Amino acid sequence: MATTQAIGAIPAPTKPWVKRPLQRVPSLALGVTALLLAGLIVEVTPLKGKLGYFIVFVPLVTTLQYLLARMRASRKVAEDVLVSSLMWTAAFFVFLPTASILATTVTKGLQGLRFSIFTDTMVSASFTDPIEMGGLLHALLGTAYLILLSVIISVPLGILTALYLTEIKGPGSGFIQFIVQAMSGVPSVIAGLFVFSAVILTTPIKASSLTGSFALAILMVPTVTRTSQEVLVLIPNDLREAGLALGATQWKTVALVVVPAARSGLITAVILGVARIAGETAPLLFVLGGTDALNQNPFNGFNSGLPLYIWKGFLIGLPESVQRAWTGILVLLILVLVLFTIARIFGPKKG
Amino acid sequence: METSDTAKKTTPNSLASVATARSQKKPGTAPLGSGLEARKIHAWFGKHLALKDVSLDFSSGTVTALIGPSGCGKSTFIRTLNRMHEFIPSAAFAGEVLLDNEDIYGSGVDVTKIRLQIGMVFQKPNPFPSMSIGENVLSGIKLAQLNIPKSEQNDLVEDCLIRAGLWSEVKDRLDAHGGSLSGGQQQRLCIARSLAVKPKVLLMDEPCSALDPGSTLRIEETISQLSSSMTIIIVTHNMQQAARVSDYTAFFLSDGGPGEVIEVGPTSQIFTKPRDQRTENYVSGRFG
Repeated sequence: MATTQAIGAIPAPTKPWVKRPLQRVPSLALGVTALLLAGLIVEVTPLKGKLGYFIVFVPLVTTLQYLLARMRASRKVAEDVLVSSLMWTAAFFVFLPTASILATTVTKGLQGLRFSIFTDTMVSASFTDPIEMGGLLHALLGTAYLILLSVIISVPLGILTALYLTEIKGPGSGFIQFIVQAMSGVPSVIAGLFVFSAVILTTPIKASSLTGSFALAILMVPTVTRTSQEVLVLIPNDLREAGLALGATQWKTVALVVVPAARSGLITAVILGVARIAGETAPLLFVLGGTDALNQNPFNGFNSGLPLYIWKGFLIGLPESVQRAWTGILVLLILVLVLFTIARIFGPKKG
Repeated sequence: METSDTAKKTTPNSLASVATARSQKKPGTAPLGSGLEARKIHAWFGKHLALKDVSLDFSSGTVTALIGPSGCGKSTFIRTLNRMHEFIPSAAFAGEVLLDNEDIYGSGVDVTKIRLQIGMVFQKPNPFPSMSIGENVLSGIKLAQLNIPKSEQNDLVEDCLIRAGLWSEVKDRLDAHGGSLSGGQQQRLCIARSLAVKPKVLLMDEPCSALDPGSTLRIEETISQLSSSMTIIIVTHNMQQAARVSDYTAFFLSDGGPGEVIEVGPTSQIFTKPRDQRTENYVSGRFG
């Protein structure tokens, strides 16, 4: 075989599949055209505002891209361009509100964020007072208690239920599966009403962080169960058989082989469960008491939570109270972010 | 038919020479108990009878190869020998498996103790992903809740890895993940893992089917070394492998119905002068 290359010489690495700048010109021109056309259409039609531009621009750019590809290449390629263009649009539609919520929360919340809100409560201040007065320490502690207690109740229950359904597959599995699915569809306010009528009205137990976490646990258990189940099902049966073939009981196989192999996914299940409940307001209305004072005892006495604090702030509706609510949202967001980061750091590393 | 005639002449002869070149062990030459005896084994999946009336003796200290086309019940059979068959929800079973003259299906038998004595290596290498190489070797000790002093654990890891022919390749990275090894190394790690609980019998279900020739060779060497200290039963689709590693060979076949043993005997005999025409057809490569 003839080669023009000296033996042993290594050619410069290239990426022939990446488009050169010149090859991007048609696509760019197409984008600009679509933008101009969108501007024109918005001018001459009653469509107005950013949303108007967006509604016109997206189908326009998709159609133009399809037509360009159709002119330059086969129908197969054009279809590919069309579908990937739709994907980009869909992804953008999902990303946009998320980014918008985040940006709004940060810009509005930051104005009220100061150190004093973490050290003070609303005992000696009113929601309508300037933000310098009072704080949300009581709500922050209340939410921390709620999350902690809900995790303590829901994680063992949820993961053990998932293990029963995937590993033991014992009697009633189908029925339990049905119940879990039904529970994950329960409106959150119902969970609160249930705990209110079943615990607070009928037993001597009064509203506290504990009863609040009962209501939240009803929402969290199905999330933890279903996510754990999905993870456990992915663990190859080979590993279970290998454990059993080494003379292990089923309990030892599950504890030493299956659960460790699924650890990362189980932590995700817990995180999703916390995410499910961290912002819940409705179920807490009846079962937490709601107080403006700091209550360090999670088992006795009314307590508060950030969602309740935020709800109160918006309910009053005056500029100062709304500012408090935005800051509350920001603090809740940061709290959840911190919790998730901790879970990821102290959780297992991927091997 | 002319071509198959030549195949008949050449293929069995080369296999036969491999098989006869190996000196066959006589039963009971090693002080390892009386081996494993399968008596009238039948196995079902739901209503489907997959295995019919299989009786085989596995003498202590010998290697027995189970050969036969896919779907003839070899794997089903081997899984009845350490009671892994019963993990399939629809499975049913009839017969006896005697380990040192005691039925492992008898009432009151602790099945976890049975599986400690009858180890298993699976078709696909399956090291535990959450454990390091060293932990994988010791996993059986932990799983079966055997108590071994910490001081002896390192020796055990080394001993098992040496016997599985893996020590020299991993001795400097016992803390690495089992999954970081190549397929052949993973399979030898699985063998080492089985050895750590000191089984009397080792069942191998196509242990080399996912491996390259080099790794296969290493595992065959491992089997030869192990055969002096335990009873080995190996399922294989590789006729050369059966000829190379086994003392006895059993040929399984299913004619559309349940799998049965057609012929069993010393490996050299199965490959040189099989008594049954179907065995001859199979080992000469005329079908299957």
